[in-house]
Amino acid sequence: MALATFWFIVTAALWTGFFVLEGFDLGVGMLHTFVSREEPGRRAAINTIGPLWDGNEVWLIVAAAAMFAAFPAWYATMFSGFYPALILLLVGLIVRGVSFEFRGKSDSPRWIRTWDALLTTGSLLVPLLIGIALGDLLHGVPIDQSQEFTGGLGDLFSGYAVFAGITLVLLCLLHGATFITLKTTGEVHDRALWLARRIAPFTILAVLVFQPWTHSVAGGGVLPDVLELVTMLAALAAGWLLAERHEGWAFVATTVVIGTTILSFFADLYPRLMVSSTNPAFDLTVHNSASGAYALKVMSVVAIVFFPLVLAYQGWTYHVFRLRISAEQFDVPEAGRD
Amino acid sequence: MSQLDLARLQFAMTSIYHFLFVPVTIGLGFLTALLQTGWHRTGRPELLQLTRFFGTLLVIGIAVGVVTGLVQEFQFGMDWSAYSRTVGDVFGAPLAMEGLAAFFLESTFLGLWLFGWDRLPPRVHLATIWLVAVGGALSAAFIMAANSWMQHPVGYTVDPATGRPQLNDVWKLFTNPVFLRGYLHVILASLVTGALVMLAVSAWQLRKGSAPLAFHATARLALVVLVPVILAAMLVGSELGVTEGKYQPMKIAGAEAQWDTCQPCSFSLFQISGGKNDMTPTQIIAVPHLLSLLATNHWNGQVLGLNAVQAQYEQQYGPGNYIPNIFIQYWSMRVMAYLAVVVLLIGLWGLWLLWRKRLSGAHRFHRVAVWAVVLPFLMNTAGWLLTENGRQPWIVQGLQLTADGVSPSVSTATVATSLVVFLLLYAALAVVALVLLTRYARKELPPPPAADTPIPALTY
Repeated sequence: MALATFWFIVTAALWTGFFVLEGFDLGVGMLHTFVSREEPGRRAAINTIGPLWDGNEVWLIVAAAAMFAAFPAWYATMFSGFYPALILLLVGLIVRGVSFEFRGKSDSPRWIRTWDALLTTGSLLVPLLIGIALGDLLHGVPIDQSQEFTGGLGDLFSGYAVFAGITLVLLCLLHGATFITLKTTGEVHDRALWLARRIAPFTILAVLVFQPWTHSVAGGGVLPDVLELVTMLAALAAGWLLAERHEGWAFVATTVVIGTTILSFFADLYPRLMVSSTNPAFDLTVHNSASGAYALKVMSVVAIVFFPLVLAYQGWTYHVFRLRISAEQFDVPEAGRD
Repeated sequence: MSQLDLARLQFAMTSIYHFLFVPVTIGLGFLTALLQTGWHRTGRPELLQLTRFFGTLLVIGIAVGVVTGLVQEFQFGMDWSAYSRTVGDVFGAPLAMEGLAAFFLESTFLGLWLFGWDRLPPRVHLATIWLVAVGGALSAAFIMAANSWMQHPVGYTVDPATGRPQLNDVWKLFTNPVFLRGYLHVILASLVTGALVMLAVSAWQLRKGSAPLAFHATARLALVVLVPVILAAMLVGSELGVTEGKYQPMKIAGAEAQWDTCQPCSFSLFQISGGKNDMTPTQIIAVPHLLSLLATNHWNGQVLGLNAVQAQYEQQYGPGNYIPNIFIQYWSMRVMAYLAVVVLLIGLWGLWLLWRKRLSGAHRFHRVAVWAVVLPFLMNTAGWLLTENGRQPWIVQGLQLTADGVSPSVSTATVATSLVVFLLLYAALAVVALVLLTRYARKELPPPPAADTPIPALTY
């Protein structure tokens, strides 16, 4: 079943793409009130991701759809088993998604404060809950012989899974702060850099613990493999580059950190999709959960045609919006708002 | 209520809600693209103002449409895991394609359109709004292909080892007769929705007397689109009825509460009773031959009665109740069809005023057109109730019963909690979206940007 493995790689790539891109959007969402006390500065921070976040979030939608299409059993067991957590995730995604659009639609300070709070909370919930859910896949939850989840809410919050959630939140915070640093000027830029340098030690510490822990939960001992080593070194490099004010390279480093964290996680998971804590024989794997060869072949063709296209036009978007943004651009309250 | 009832209620509620916004974004997407094209060709400043005015309404609609779409995608796994596990091989493919081929396009180019006013060359910027519109319509195509497969499954074989359907011909998903007509019907309904929203906003503005020239232009655009499109939607809808009558006879027999097979069959404008306990309803104004014509395209066509289909299904699938809720079938069909006639009449009235050059001052028409904005939403909802309720008790016609599709590992309490959460959240969202939409729809047109300065981006 080479095609099933290919689709495991596609799924891993989609989740990686989601966190590399939406990771900084989530970080900006969590941090936008911390980079400035004034409305123009906060608007500048939000508008660094304004044209990008919607396209970035599609990576999540496609990742979930790829799981559905290529591994229906994985999608079915995971989504029904993690039901309560996913409700909370959806609430986070919904309030976050609309707050971008709604927050600027009135000048009332209370209105703006409300949407600021929802944007921050939503942006925190999303990486936290997805991190916990991913952690659960590897750590294992009760799954019976017929691939049904048999546990309760408590089974979702193992120490490892919760730590995975916290690690992802910290990764997004560092990635987002570095992104604002790279994309703004003036006071917003300075405060974002200050924040990034304060966040970095916590993120580095989390990564240094998380990578060996993941390797050991996966059954490979605490000694990390090459990919995990790359993550840990890139995290240290990001901290150093931020201290030295190499903003561009620091962003490259945080990109590598968040990207390889997800990639190495999926590498450790393979060939399992969802570990059963009841009995290893009940694990969902690439082999016992995949769709038929024809469906996978059709989707492979679609993916091979459209993936490069998506990367091309999303890449072009980043080129179009490459300029830095300043708070002064938003000094006039009505600037750019129809 | 059981877990099954609650899961169905949740799916129905969230789908109906999602589809309040989807047709607005598809319809208004194309209309906004037309406005910007007009501006690009003629350089008339009011067309630029109108593009940005309706673009703002479009974006509010897209924001809610996108986030509520996420809930739909997740629900298949959360509430309908047995369904997802069984049919993911076939049903998952169009969903994955939707993301890769359509939704990426729509979302990415929406960002480029909003923020690209001062960054992109005008021609490229015009292309971005068209790609948003095309992306939205393409997205609907994949979703409709998936939905049509539930109405009339094609292109699969059943794997003898697992008993699950497996895709064996993806082309059949997109040539499914239910898909071809259903998709066209949805796109036409979306254009009707977009046109009626644009007409209502323009009528309100004309009544207020602000920028009469500009809003006369959008009222005209809306009317010129509306009349042919509502006619086409009615024709395609009636064709869709014939197609569905062939593959889902219960759906059509239920829509007429036709318990006994008839030939030729009349269509009742109204009727009293006719439910399961009283199969001989009092028909009020029966139009002879009309049901035969609608359901079969023949003057004397035969329509199988509910009892006959029930007997046939019992033989084919074993004992059980295969009859959908007749009350919903009968009335959703009529609400949809009757309101379509009302919309057509409003459209013709508007065109007549336009022809007599009296549209700007026609206050009575303006008042009616403003309130007509609720009609497309009622029609769209009724249409979906008709088609989805008519599929019951099947989740996939003839392949899996809805009762067999729910998640075995999810408790009733969990679904009930989630339903309450979504009810509250969606109600709050509805209030906010409605307040914002009406506030922005009533705003005066912003002054045109000075000729020598770049057009500002629509920022957050």
